[in-house]
Amino acid sequence: MEALSALIFPILTLIRKELLAIFKDPANRIVLFAPAFVQTLLFGYAASFDLTNVPYAVLDQSHSAASSELLARLDGTGVFRREATLANAHQIALVIDEQRALMVIAIPADFAESLAAGRRAPVQLILDGRNSTTAGSASGYVASVVVAFNAARGGGAGLELVRRAWFNPNLESRWQIVPAMVATLSMLQTLLLAALSVAREREQGTFDQLLVTPLTPLQILVGKAVPSIVVGMLQSTIVLLISLFWFDIPMSGSVWLLYLGLLGFTGASVGIGMSLSSVALNMQQAMLYTFLIIMPLTLLSGLITPVRNMPEVLQVATYANPLRFGVDLVRRVYLEGAGITDIYHDFIPMFVIAALTLPLAAWLFRHRLA
Amino acid sequence: MSAPGSGFVQRLTALVRKEMRQMVRDRSNLLVGFLLPLALILLFGYGLSFDVRNAPVAVVIDTPSVAAREVVSGLEGSRYLAPRRVTSMAEAEHLLGDGRVDAIVHLPVDFARRYAAGSGRVQVVLNGIDSVTASTLEAYLSGSISKTLEHRGDRGEGALSGAGQVEIVQRVWFNETSNSTWYLVPGLVVLIMTLVGAFLTSLLVAREWERGTLESLFVTPVRPLEIVLAKLAPYILVGLVDLAMCLVAARVLFDVPIRGSLLAVLVSSTMYLIVSLLLGLWISGATRNQFAASQVALLTSFMPAMMLSGFVFDLRNVPIGVEIAAQIVPATHFMTLIKTLFLAGTDWAMVARSCAILGGYALLLTFLTRRTVRKRLD
Repeated sequence: MEALSALIFPILTLIRKELLAIFKDPANRIVLFAPAFVQTLLFGYAASFDLTNVPYAVLDQSHSAASSELLARLDGTGVFRREATLANAHQIALVIDEQRALMVIAIPADFAESLAAGRRAPVQLILDGRNSTTAGSASGYVASVVVAFNAARGGGAGLELVRRAWFNPNLESRWQIVPAMVATLSMLQTLLLAALSVAREREQGTFDQLLVTPLTPLQILVGKAVPSIVVGMLQSTIVLLISLFWFDIPMSGSVWLLYLGLLGFTGASVGIGMSLSSVALNMQQAMLYTFLIIMPLTLLSGLITPVRNMPEVLQVATYANPLRFGVDLVRRVYLEGAGITDIYHDFIPMFVIAALTLPLAAWLFRHRLA
Repeated sequence: MSAPGSGFVQRLTALVRKEMRQMVRDRSNLLVGFLLPLALILLFGYGLSFDVRNAPVAVVIDTPSVAAREVVSGLEGSRYLAPRRVTSMAEAEHLLGDGRVDAIVHLPVDFARRYAAGSGRVQVVLNGIDSVTASTLEAYLSGSISKTLEHRGDRGEGALSGAGQVEIVQRVWFNETSNSTWYLVPGLVVLIMTLVGAFLTSLLVAREWERGTLESLFVTPVRPLEIVLAKLAPYILVGLVDLAMCLVAARVLFDVPIRGSLLAVLVSSTMYLIVSLLLGLWISGATRNQFAASQVALLTSFMPAMMLSGFVFDLRNVPIGVEIAAQIVPATHFMTLIKTLFLAGTDWAMVARSCAILGGYALLLTFLTRRTVRKRLD
């Protein structure tokens, strides 16, 4: 018992000292917690692939009841906003180039006659491909309007597509992005925090003093890692609360499992941060190394583009990325309500990363002296 | 003493030389300055894609029929879909739950009969966790299925369609194949310029404050503006090399067209580079603390440039408050311009407007940064 407390007590002292060092500066308190709020709100609104307000222009050369009805249906979706009514085909380039309209619908002069004669009546749809994702979803909306229009005219392929989307019934992209930010936003700052923790002491010369204290490298490591993990978990909590109570995204899974997952994930991130910290000779280097790896970690996480769309080599590389599994874990527990048996395999890479990086950092403490 | 203002060039040259040496001495600067853009170019060009290709889809057919078989062969013909037949809905749902298929197409027992009567129903089940892929898939599935059935209708084998049909003939301008690489790569120029600026300069002034070397500069005749310009110069060089790397990669590796004027691309990119370097310097000078400076630089550069600038997410859909925030971010203005210059062509009015905004930011930030290195202790 005595031996155990002799082991634990110095660690607690170090943790206390580290927490004081982080939080004594009011600027730090703001910089570590306020951004989580602001970013979640901003990105929660901005990060959407859903179209709500698509400006479009019409070139209606048919001027018929049928063409008006088609356009009325389009306006009735609430997704499209008619920005301009064009008089001739030359104006198409103008409204698209200036980005006044995302798309132009051109209805030819013989539109009504073709329909009345039972022929196919082509309608031209011109889209601005500068953002191909937006263009794709806009064209999808138009297609569904046209299908409904055809069906209402008693035609159509005689087919109805009944859609059911699991876990996200209205296919809102916010549901996909905001829960993933519970892991992402905290990782960015936690990794940097961990990376600077040793580098700062190295630069100020106090790390040597720490090394000559009776603390073992392992104790120093734990003492340095725990405060970063605490900060990371607090940030995750802020994002989680906003997701639950501001954006009203319902949580299906267990909070405990989510936090267990976040703990594993934050541990792995801090492990990477501590390793960087012990390699860096000063804060500038620690920061640059952190930034160098944060980009690939974020981009290869599946946060924005699906992992499955990546080339095989990169898909394999993502196994070294705790964020990939953090994002997957949070999304599945949060949205799917996945249990431990569904997602235990997400824990394995995170534990492996933590188990490799943390001891490496402890070893580097002693063996990398400038 | 000579007249005031003289010696500006001399002092500036001396300072630039000192900053140059300092930059080269710490290899990590150059490593990040050149390795990061390279890594990002490769990642964006080859790694990231929104394009759904060969998405695994489970197909469940309760009662075999000619119509059902044609639906399946229609799905097989699509290069976006990789359908596989499974025998029961339970099995399909299991695959969807495991993430081994992205969607289920279910043709129910009465499909053929109801379809012949003109009201066929097809059930599509999607995994909404990735809503973007799900929506895209839904569009592909419905397109493929309705095409198949329309062809049958044309041959008089399906539901009879007496009335004429509206048919969409679609053209996507600027990006004819709707290839997401084409809009990600121009955005990459913005991202790299933002990162180089924020990362390389954000510790420069803070470090000198922490080490007290800025105070020793105060006793020399150098002026605040000269300090700012001298700190800027070496990193403009690094940024220009990065810009060249981006442009060559876009053109040669990814075949992304540069349809606008190359001069406009170069001028506006250089202006944006200066703005983002100054932003880093200002953060550095305003915080006077390397820890805070690096956190702020991280927060103000990467995520806003990726999430708020219209890089990935279209700003047409955001509420007004977010729209205002996005307009404040300099990256937004440069993003609009560079996408147009790459994919659409030169719109001189837009070039002039964006460059004016960037120029305004450059002046404002120079002024603000200059104040942070005033010769005063407080």
